Amino acid sequence: MIRVRGLTKHFGAAPVLDGIDLDIADGERVVIIGPSGTGKSTLLRCLNFLDVPQAGVITIGDVTVDAAKARKADILALRRCTGMVFQNYGLFANKTAKENIMEALTTVQKRPRAEAEQRALAVLAETGLADKADSYPSALSGGQQQRVGIGRAMALGAELLLFDEPTSALDPEWVGEVLDLMRAVAERRQTMLIVTHEMQFAREIADRVLFMEGGKIVESGPPSQIFGAPQDARLRKFLQRVEG
Amino acid sequence: MRALDLDYMLGLVPVILGYVPLTLFMAGAGMVLALILGALLAVERVAKVPVLDWFVVLFISFFRGTPLLVQLFLFYFGLPQILPSLTQIDGVTAAIMGLTLHFSAYMAESIRAAIVGVDRSQWEAAQSIGMTQGQMMWRIILPQAARVAAPTLVNYFIDMIKGTSLAFTLGVTEMMGAAQKEAAGSFLYFEAFLVVAIIYWVIVEILSQGQKRLETHLNKAFVR
Repeated sequence: MIRVRGLTKHFGAAPVLDGIDLDIADGERVVIIGPSGTGKSTLLRCLNFLDVPQAGVITIGDVTVDAAKARKADILALRRCTGMVFQNYGLFANKTAKENIMEALTTVQKRPRAEAEQRALAVLAETGLADKADSYPSALSGGQQQRVGIGRAMALGAELLLFDEPTSALDPEWVGEVLDLMRAVAERRQTMLIVTHEMQFAREIADRVLFMEGGKIVESGPPSQIFGAPQDARLRKFLQRVEG
Repeated sequence: MRALDLDYMLGLVPVILGYVPLTLFMAGAGMVLALILGALLAVERVAKVPVLDWFVVLFISFFRGTPLLVQLFLFYFGLPQILPSLTQIDGVTAAIMGLTLHFSAYMAESIRAAIVGVDRSQWEAAQSIGMTQGQMMWRIILPQAARVAAPTLVNYFIDMIKGTSLAFTLGVTEMMGAAQKEAAGSFLYFEAFLVVAIIYWVIVEILSQGQKRLETHLNKAFVR
């Protein structure tokens, strides 16, 4: 269970997150849409403290952190129950595909090497990259790198997976394979919070869609409502723009 | 102008070569220690620990801003007057200490620049999986920084090998000291020091071959 209350972040005087409240049930797949610069990515990044919020309380599973008095150990605990997929993949450049997936399992979760390796190979097989286990990121296509990135997050066994515009940096030819893999992850009822501009994908995969603007969640509902019968005028305007 | 006494030079080569292990020992020990200290200083400069940072800046400034020879004299002849417990220190130890401190200051700056140059996405990915600062530095950031810093660090190692010749001024009989003693007997100063120069040159050339291999190794993750 994920529970966020009053999450607030400002850069200087400009508020980026304006007191966000959000609950996500186990296994729920939530997609965030909205114009650029409205705090979608910042919301994700505040949940694992890559950006530090000024206020708010975040609960993910057994871990509750109050942003106003977060200690190092709290932040680590929060990060250890989340996994993140980055727009620019963020694969460790000095490690092979297999080692990228093993790294968190051995170094952070302290699992035995053999077990971690077995798990990494299994995940690579699921992502269709079994033959790339020993390739370094520089030798992989964008789509392959992002699939390893998703595999790395999958392998964690995390309470919540955060996807920060996972297809935005990809050449169009690789978008399909990455979305396919995300569908496969979604089918396992993995709790997911996804920021994306892929509206068709959001419609397909989401249990709930959040529309953000100006650091607030303006409208929230099932895809049928958000895309079929949007209530808020700003959402209607946004959909007109992106769907033409 | 007189002709070079080649026979004398050839005879001197094995004598001077006998001191190569000592030179390599001082440079090797100095390099390992300077790398460790330099990396620690660099990590501190990036993390900017309050108060400590001020001392580190001062340390780097001093050891970069003063000649190695002056530093060696300070440690070997100067410090024991102030700290009598250091009277036991021998020339080799003092030389290694001086080389370590001197070159760690230079290395710290190269390593710091290389650390800062590691792409932001690498730091964020490491943080996102819940690594501690130490794990992130040791497993992700420093290995990537090493690749960038390697050519500069090898240059410092070469400098350090040549810097060991200053140990001669602390009464250590190393290659330079041995040549000096030989020449004092034969008066063939040019020949003696030419042999020393050539041996240093060969050592550095061999090392440069190693540098190419090291760089290939460090680049293996980055070639397509």
